[in-house]
Amino acid sequence: MANRSKVVELEHVVIRFAGDSGDGMQLTGNLFSDSTALAGNDFATFPDYPGEIRPPQGTVSGVSGFQVHFGHKPVHTTGDLCDVLVAMNPASIKANMRWLKPGTTIIFDVDSMNDKALEKAGYTADPTQDDTLSQYKVVKAPITSMTLEALKDFGWDRKAMLKSKNMFALGIVMYLFNRDITMLNGYFNTKFKNKPEIIKANQTVVAAGYSYADTMEIFANTYRIEPANLAKGKYRDITGNVATAWGLMAAAERSGRQIFCGSYPITPATDILAELVKYKNLKVKAFQAEDEIAGICSSLGASFAGCLAVTTTSGPGLSLKSEALGLAVMTELPLVVVDVQRGGPSTGLPTKSEQSDLMQAIYGRNGDAPLIVLAARSSADCFYSAYEAAKLAMEHMTPVILLTEGALGNGSEILRIPRVADLPAIVPPIAKANDPDYQPYKRDEETLARQWALPGTEGLRHRISGLEKANGSGNLSLDPKNHQLMTELREEKVQRVANYIPEQEIVGDPNADLLVVSWGGTYGVVLSVVEKMLEEGKSVAHAHFRHIMPLPKNTAKVLSGHKKILVCENNNGQFVNYLREKMPDFKYEQYNKIQGLPFLTAELENKFNDLLK
Amino acid sequence: MENTNLNNQVVNLTKEDFVCDQIVKWCPGCGDHAILKVLQDVFPQLGRRKEDICVVSGIGCSSRFPHYMNTYGFHSIHGRACAIATGVKLANPNLSVWVVSGDGDCTAIGGNHFIHAVRRNMDMNLLLFNNRIYGMTKGQFSPCTFRGTVTKTSPQGTYEDPFNVGELVIGAGGKFFARGVDVNTKELTDICLRAKNHDGMSVIEVLQNCMIFSNGVHENITGKDVRDDMQVKCEHGKPLIFGKERNKGLRLNGTTLEVVTIGENGITEKDILVHDEKEENTGIHMMLAHMMPPAFPVAIGVIRNVDAPTYDDCLTDVIERESAKSNIKTVDDLLNSGTTWDIK
Repeated sequence: MANRSKVVELEHVVIRFAGDSGDGMQLTGNLFSDSTALAGNDFATFPDYPGEIRPPQGTVSGVSGFQVHFGHKPVHTTGDLCDVLVAMNPASIKANMRWLKPGTTIIFDVDSMNDKALEKAGYTADPTQDDTLSQYKVVKAPITSMTLEALKDFGWDRKAMLKSKNMFALGIVMYLFNRDITMLNGYFNTKFKNKPEIIKANQTVVAAGYSYADTMEIFANTYRIEPANLAKGKYRDITGNVATAWGLMAAAERSGRQIFCGSYPITPATDILAELVKYKNLKVKAFQAEDEIAGICSSLGASFAGCLAVTTTSGPGLSLKSEALGLAVMTELPLVVVDVQRGGPSTGLPTKSEQSDLMQAIYGRNGDAPLIVLAARSSADCFYSAYEAAKLAMEHMTPVILLTEGALGNGSEILRIPRVADLPAIVPPIAKANDPDYQPYKRDEETLARQWALPGTEGLRHRISGLEKANGSGNLSLDPKNHQLMTELREEKVQRVANYIPEQEIVGDPNADLLVVSWGGTYGVVLSVVEKMLEEGKSVAHAHFRHIMPLPKNTAKVLSGHKKILVCENNNGQFVNYLREKMPDFKYEQYNKIQGLPFLTAELENKFNDLLK
Repeated sequence: MENTNLNNQVVNLTKEDFVCDQIVKWCPGCGDHAILKVLQDVFPQLGRRKEDICVVSGIGCSSRFPHYMNTYGFHSIHGRACAIATGVKLANPNLSVWVVSGDGDCTAIGGNHFIHAVRRNMDMNLLLFNNRIYGMTKGQFSPCTFRGTVTKTSPQGTYEDPFNVGELVIGAGGKFFARGVDVNTKELTDICLRAKNHDGMSVIEVLQNCMIFSNGVHENITGKDVRDDMQVKCEHGKPLIFGKERNKGLRLNGTTLEVVTIGENGITEKDILVHDEKEENTGIHMMLAHMMPPAFPVAIGVIRNVDAPTYDDCLTDVIERESAKSNIKTVDDLLNSGTTWDIK
């Protein structure tokens, strides 16, 4: 179908689909992202589910959203303020006012408007009639009635027909972005295989939405986003939690170790376990334990027995795992703990994202109990971060905490599909059978890692324990000097990991007036702002830390030469305080947002500009 | 070198193969010494290579055990032995996994892991040393301490009822439960070998004496003068007869057990309940586990031994089945599965 409107080119767009929980907004969003992939754009998505399982219909708490950020230029975030909001009922407008900006196009199902719906949404008057929405372009589309009209020949009941109204909205959006609606056919054919009538209904309603937008000329102009300049290769869309699971599986395959994951369900980390249990076909051993403690303990037992051992959790679960983490430090066994952070403390904000488990990850154990801490920076990066966490754990014989975040775990990004053989080799220090020199705590001279002697191997029987052991022999030891030596060796072993990780990178002028420091999931939004300010010629640079414990060897150099250093994070100042302790020669400013919400580009830009004044 | 028989079982190991060079640090006279000797006798009879045996423990006096057995061993943290052992077994189902724990370790801080390992029927053998006290922390009451006992943390006597380990195990869906006495080493050895032959989680409660903090706590069961009258040996297919004169027995009267005397009131051996360890129904096993002096003798031996699928076998089966039928053989296959697109 041809598009007769005036076409405007855009660099990037944020669109949010919002409706009641039953309105099929997740599917609509997924379909739109699929067509975005075919259009060759870079993109990232974020689902915004209600916290409740079956929230009251039509209310603000029942609104389910799906956001797609796509562009011609690299897309670093799932987007903040939206250019387009599709709202299937009044509550969807109310719930998303925070994400609107002057000029946002709201595509609203005007048929959903009645007194009851307004009341449920908490409106005292029709927001499309008063000045509530005066800053926005509201397109009042009769989505419900037009859907019923489009399907009138199908002989379906009203309820069945209404299930397709999300497709009418999708048709309108496809028109707005000059997308060919046949792009959706592949998805329909897979999703509704063997249900030709459903496929036909969906296609009919999408086409009806498209035609409606075209013939009624509801938009002054439409938009085109040129394909992104992406590296050649095969791509897929992946959420952070799936990427984490797959990264760990890739590490298991590359190291020749079977993967074992002992875990307990906890929001927002559960999907990693739910993903791993699918792959019995790839010999993944995933075990749903009776609690968080059993999750980590079963994993540590599996590590002793020779598996790449993993446990996945979120903040409260990490608290419960602390004692066993100490045992992992003491027994010097490889273990990857993935903490998909959420708002805390305690139960906190389970469905919201935060970065407030950093101190717990670095220090949260009894005794001097150092371990490696890494943080993933984006959904797709979870794959590589998980892979590296597993590599470091096995090669250095130590537990590793990988910090991700709820927003990364649930959000998705495009991933250029790697070949497992192209990923760095993983060579665990596995002890050889009948090695006459084997001693449980004999260490590699370079890494200080002990050897991994697997039960079942002849000639290597030994006992390990949470009690202090003599260096070398591994016999129980209460010798005061040995304890000091072992404490120092455990610390030194982790510090030496700095010899095996990349140097810290810096974006922008290494001597820029303002150095912005970030870690974890704030990467995308900080980078977007820094890139924009660099284009404007501002003296700003960005250092994003993946490696937190230990810090990269050149950290002091990166922090040197700036008038100001600003550390941005979604907590009350944990990384900045860690830097103040580890790198005390510098003065740090901090910018903290602790609202369960990501930084907005505008607020960062204001802050950076203030500091440059 | 280890020799194997036709069934590929290792046959020529001796006790000395399992003795460790570490100094055994339990108190003189502690029941743990006897149990250590039992396991050093049992392990050569497992038919397994020394390398294929793994001993896992938590914290407490009993949990020092792995350090004294020359096998692979993991002395872990308080209460977590079952959880750690679960991981060991699932990672390498070929291992013969033995868990050593105490009443505090297993029924207090580790209670959750214990009941769930039992419920899942993990193929492991667990020896629960029950001395009805916390020994290593020097004499506090445990969940197995009898009501009214004065301890360091119950100076006026406890005011809570104890767990009965057998009832806990059977109530949690346990398939194998046996009870033995630390010093009856021959009997305990036989029980351990029965446990080894059971596929699935085997729990052996060992009535173990702590010389220091609960000395004599089992004396009303194990004392020379009383033991014949206060212990009934459970042997599959045999009547539950006991007593110095072998004239007492257990009879099912209605829905409860009662002690009867053969030759009195017309009771003959035919009236005595015959032990059936294979009975799926937990009723009688539960009643046997429950029995306590002075009204009843304590049931010793294998009380329950029921066959059921083990968790580790089920996991292995699913993995074999799924990997045989799937077209996705590698992580590369997985990465390239589903919706993908090319950028040229």
